[in-house]
Amino acid sequence: MAMKKTLLIGLPLALTLLTMGFYQAMYVAPTEATMGNIQRIFYYHFPSAIMALLFPYVNFAASLVYLATRRSNPLRAQAADALALASAEMTLIFCSIGLATGMLWARPVWGIWWTWDERLTSFLMLWLIYVSYLLLRRFTAGGQTQTLAAVLSVFAAIDVPIVYMSIRWWRTQHPSPVIGGGPNSGLDPSMWPAVWWNLAGWFVWGVMLVTLRYKLERKRQMVEQESALQALEASLEPTR
Amino acid sequence: MNYARVVWAHLEKDLRLEWRSKDAINGMLFFSLLVVVLFSFAFDPTMAVSRQISGGILWVALLFASVTALNQTWTRELRHQVLDAQRMAPSPPSALFLSKVLANFLFVTVIQIVLGPLFVVFYNLRALGQGWLMALVLPLGTLALVVNGTFFAALSLRTRNREMLLPLILFPISIPALLAMVQATTAILTAESDPGLWIRMLGGYDVIFLTLCLLLFKTVLDAE
Repeated sequence: MAMKKTLLIGLPLALTLLTMGFYQAMYVAPTEATMGNIQRIFYYHFPSAIMALLFPYVNFAASLVYLATRRSNPLRAQAADALALASAEMTLIFCSIGLATGMLWARPVWGIWWTWDERLTSFLMLWLIYVSYLLLRRFTAGGQTQTLAAVLSVFAAIDVPIVYMSIRWWRTQHPSPVIGGGPNSGLDPSMWPAVWWNLAGWFVWGVMLVTLRYKLERKRQMVEQESALQALEASLEPTR
Repeated sequence: MNYARVVWAHLEKDLRLEWRSKDAINGMLFFSLLVVVLFSFAFDPTMAVSRQISGGILWVALLFASVTALNQTWTRELRHQVLDAQRMAPSPPSALFLSKVLANFLFVTVIQIVLGPLFVVFYNLRALGQGWLMALVLPLGTLALVVNGTFFAALSLRTRNREMLLPLILFPISIPALLAMVQATTAILTAESDPGLWIRMLGGYDVIFLTLCLLLFKTVLDAE
């Protein structure tokens, strides 16, 4: 029931925003001077990258709540863990989309699929760390999964800034690769509406998916608890 | 018993076990030697090239080799439910962790003492920078590897295929440390840049993650 409500509200809203975003990005925003139409992938690349940087914070906060409350308030801890899982998966999806769109954009513009530039490299590290987080969740069983995953999430949260700084130092020591016409050199004001519509659209889309995944994980937890309870009750039945 | 004596008791036991079996050191030593030889075949480097790449090869060899030892470090404790006994013991869990880190640190240091000269011979190395700085880079780098390695070995101890899981979670987290070790070593060997920044970063990495591991070890040890 609750999942249906999320879909009823979230899906029309997200689709409206994304349609508007698509219209703005493809028809309203001006064609970029040097890169041409290929630059329009930016309106999808940028929101995915921002979302991939947003959801790790949700994951970290939820993991901290889990670690803090797993003894004192197990029900809240379970909810926090479901949120941590949902946001980690969402991080990985947006990170993958960001990397893929970035490569598709880089090939025609820079002439290469990939360069070990500071932002690309640290983004790839973020992707690797969240893959290992989800692998850990898959490889562990029973009650330990949640604690171990929360611990790894704390490690990841502390590691990511170190990764970022170290890669900056690494790259400034060497001549930096040629990066032509990055969006950082300033965006034309007429391009901003497309950016905002797409950001809002992908944000709502991401939040909706996280909510759905969260509710699904909660249901799985409930089923697991229910069957554990039934097994316990069955063992208490007097044997004839 | 105070903290230091608990650490020493654990450490002494681990060192004695290793002295009698020599499992970890023999395995690591031969493994890293093989990696050195294999890389030498794979790249067939000249003297100038080997100066550029041998920092990377040294640390990748050590990283792979230490994983083989780290996988054994906690499985030893599973036999006869020793680990459960240690969980019940009144001594602080972080002392157990610290002693394991020290033991692994000593094992990997032994490997380095043997491997270092071999490296110089096989790759015709001569440091153009300040060679004595390696005496800082090697221990700091080793500590960075074994602190997180020992922690994640404990973390993956009771999982399915733990031998596989350890590198999968250790390597991504260790990337900044590996970068710093390799950059510092290459800077010392080639004298093209200053290794100071990387040595400081390794020191910072060690302090941050040792603190974090000591704080979180009890949580991992008591996870169901």
